[in-house]
Amino acid sequence: MPLPTPFHSRTAACCTSQSWQEWSGYLAANSYQMEHIQEYIAVRTGSALFDVSPLYKYHLRGRDAARLLDRVVTRDVSKCRTGQVIYTAWCDDDGKIIDDGTLARVGEDFFRLTAAIPTLDWLQQNALAMQVEIEDVSPDYGALALQGPTSRALLQSLVEGDISDLGYFRIVDEKIAGVPLRISRTGFTGDLGYELFVEAEHAETLWDALLEHGLDYQMRPAGLQALDMARIEAGLVQLDADFTSTRQTIFDAQRNTPYELGLGWTVKLGKDFFVGQEALRAEKARGPALQTVGIVIDLAGVESAYSKFGMPLHLPYTSWNEATPIYSDGDRRNQVGKATSGTWSPILKQYVAMTRLKPQNAALGSRVYIEQSIEGKRFAVPAQVVAMPFFDPPRKRGDANTPNTPGNSGGSA
Amino acid sequence: MANYDILIVGAGHNGLVAAAYLAKAGQRVLVLEKQPGVGGAAVSEELSPGYHFSTCADGTGYLAPEIQKDLGLAGRGLSILPADPVVFAPLPDGNHLTFWRDTARTAGEIERLSKRDAERYPAFVELMGRVATVVGGIARITPPDLPDVGLGDLRAMLPLAGPLRGLGRKHVSDLLRILPMPVADLLDEYFESDALKGAIAASAVRDITWGPQEAGTAYTFLYNWALAGTGLFRSAGVVKGGMGALTKSLAAAASALGAEIRTDAAVERILVEAGRAAGVLLAGGERIEAPLLVSNADPRSTFLELLDPTLQSARTVQHVRNIKYRGSAARIHLALSELPEFTSLAANEAPSRLCGAIQIAPSLTYLQRAYDCVKYGEFSPRPYLDLSIPTLLDPGLAPDGHHILSITAKYAPYSLRDGDWETRREAFVKTVLDTLAEYAPKIRDLVVHQHVFTPIDLEERFSLPEANPHHGEMTLDQFLHMRPIPGHARYRAPLPGLYLCGAGAHPGGNVTGLPGRNAAREILADKR
Repeated sequence: MPLPTPFHSRTAACCTSQSWQEWSGYLAANSYQMEHIQEYIAVRTGSALFDVSPLYKYHLRGRDAARLLDRVVTRDVSKCRTGQVIYTAWCDDDGKIIDDGTLARVGEDFFRLTAAIPTLDWLQQNALAMQVEIEDVSPDYGALALQGPTSRALLQSLVEGDISDLGYFRIVDEKIAGVPLRISRTGFTGDLGYELFVEAEHAETLWDALLEHGLDYQMRPAGLQALDMARIEAGLVQLDADFTSTRQTIFDAQRNTPYELGLGWTVKLGKDFFVGQEALRAEKARGPALQTVGIVIDLAGVESAYSKFGMPLHLPYTSWNEATPIYSDGDRRNQVGKATSGTWSPILKQYVAMTRLKPQNAALGSRVYIEQSIEGKRFAVPAQVVAMPFFDPPRKRGDANTPNTPGNSGGSA
Repeated sequence: MANYDILIVGAGHNGLVAAAYLAKAGQRVLVLEKQPGVGGAAVSEELSPGYHFSTCADGTGYLAPEIQKDLGLAGRGLSILPADPVVFAPLPDGNHLTFWRDTARTAGEIERLSKRDAERYPAFVELMGRVATVVGGIARITPPDLPDVGLGDLRAMLPLAGPLRGLGRKHVSDLLRILPMPVADLLDEYFESDALKGAIAASAVRDITWGPQEAGTAYTFLYNWALAGTGLFRSAGVVKGGMGALTKSLAAAASALGAEIRTDAAVERILVEAGRAAGVLLAGGERIEAPLLVSNADPRSTFLELLDPTLQSARTVQHVRNIKYRGSAARIHLALSELPEFTSLAANEAPSRLCGAIQIAPSLTYLQRAYDCVKYGEFSPRPYLDLSIPTLLDPGLAPDGHHILSITAKYAPYSLRDGDWETRREAFVKTVLDTLAEYAPKIRDLVVHQHVFTPIDLEERFSLPEANPHHGEMTLDQFLHMRPIPGHARYRAPLPGLYLCGAGAHPGGNVTGLPGRNAAREILADKR
């Protein structure tokens, strides 16, 4: 049976839908209310509070902590300064992705790594002949993601100190309601937002303080359905949705490299040895077999397909993560890749999907066709390749003076 | 400074065999040995004045005859003194069992225990000999590269075709059936006498940390049989002058063929340049460069110490760390004032019966019980003792009339649950001597000197991790294409330019010299 997170007494009280799912062995709300759209809207217009405690969290301490991480992850850890967070992937020897997560340098020799799958053994295995202490602190900390345009103001009203100038991908130790917490300006929504790490015993106090003042900032608890919509808009790949960890599959067809997942920017080939380096260097030279790009699905095309049944346009109510064929032609003869996640984007008024395509079909502006099944009959609906993120407001990385408008710089073709 | 084509790390017997073959093929070879002398674990030492012991490896070894011939070892001081009987096994009831090279004569001995077993013994020897021939053939090939080919790719299995040819369909199925069996089950199919089965099974587990009821011990049994050269399940005899004379003859051969050997030269690091092995760094700071490197060190030391472990692929690190070492024997050497008397043996019979191996493992049950303790980190309260008295064949190893008695005492786990070998050493030695005294009651009165090598001592003195004499256990899961690690069983290390030639590589240990010879063959093939 799934375990309760440290916030469970509070999330359970809010979860009127009783819609839960299992996430890494914990209970996580799909949506708190019967339908999730209000929770999605909170991400883009107010603030949404997600319980992300099921993330795996590791503390690495010691003289060789940075050396171990530099062996394991693809980013250059030596360039990560104290107080900074980096997003990184990590791979096996064949350059196939194991997982991705955020790595915070808490002190010179102290790091915190988050992961989507259990990673302790992988870290230990790679720590041979190194002086580093690796601790799985997953159950010891609760984690909340406070995401949305009002999150800075809400958080600032609660902390003892000043977080108003906390930069994008930076951390700071703070206190709320007398409770110590570590605030990281990171998130999985592509919006202005923060992640709050708190010792499990203080989790409820933190939640209560946020809920008490949250209404003033249009904050509401939000579940995984809203989170998935937001992260697709943000063009962020997710394990088990857009890719499979190489450690959790035995089939080559399910393995991908960071280059194929649009994470090539996290691969620092020039640094000293890291696991997968040789294979990734070869792949870079060769060029990846697939590219991750966004598509905007032509609504007129969807409408036309439905009209063949005398039906009006229909769009999926929630985001989806089923692998869906993409073709270069409307007759579905030449498959060029697949879509891995998709959603109707209320803020963009567009039907978008994340895809992995052959490079020759992945150029921005290319016309492709996505398979749609209507009443058991398959159609190919036109779509256009665009850049991700689909939605990328300036406030995501901006400072307190950046206007809170929903202005978008993402998704151009 | 001289230019070398090939550097060999370690002047153990396999390093020397490889050096000799490579030098013979015209390569400029330098062997680097950290000890003051050559030999590795195959050495003789004057532990007490006048007494020369084969401290670690003993007996004749199982040195392949073709190596002796190819390298002309007979002309370089190697003299093997064969023993018959192969095994003398005293039994607690005053009886005893002797295995002679002659099958009929042995059957006559077995008859005292079981008439039925005596009748079956010749058929057993015949079939085992036949099947062991294949295992001997497999020991001489380079393993197929199984993980890198599709399951349907039979070409990878081609190297096995030679050894299997001539065995016949019936016996191929016998081989496949027998290899993964517990040696105890195999013997149960033939014999009823627990004493007989104990005597035959003992040598199969002498150098591994398994008991006779563990699956795959039949493979170890056949491996010994294949390479023993006695027509039986173990070798018998001594090298004149001790094991050190064997490795000295190899060193002499290598030198005569042009290889250079430097002792007191400890390699600290294997140097890597542009993704290739490029040379070595010695403890004193000296760098020696060469395009090819061969390591006679065990795989763990090679990959995780001589190479920088932080620069190895995750796969290599994981595979190497998964290699089972787990030694479980101590060596105890006694200098004796006279030949010990065994209660089960008349004095006039002693010299002729004691010159082979003497096994104190009076039943299969005894052997398995001895093993049981090691599972829980305890040494055996009634250990299996494997003795040799080499002075019966080579009196020069001790002063006139004196003898040396060397004991491999099992099971003595490398990792003790309670205490450590410093604090438990005396208790174990007492257990061993008490056990021996049950068969040779006056043994303690004869001891002039005593030298004890616990697993910790063996590890330290002979660079044998966890005191495993074979650089990784000789079990079925660490055999052929899985030795030392999957994907790198063809003597080539994951690092280009680096090769393995030690017992950690196929076929394994027992002083066969085959890993060294096979590695040299592959190196030369790559150079062509």
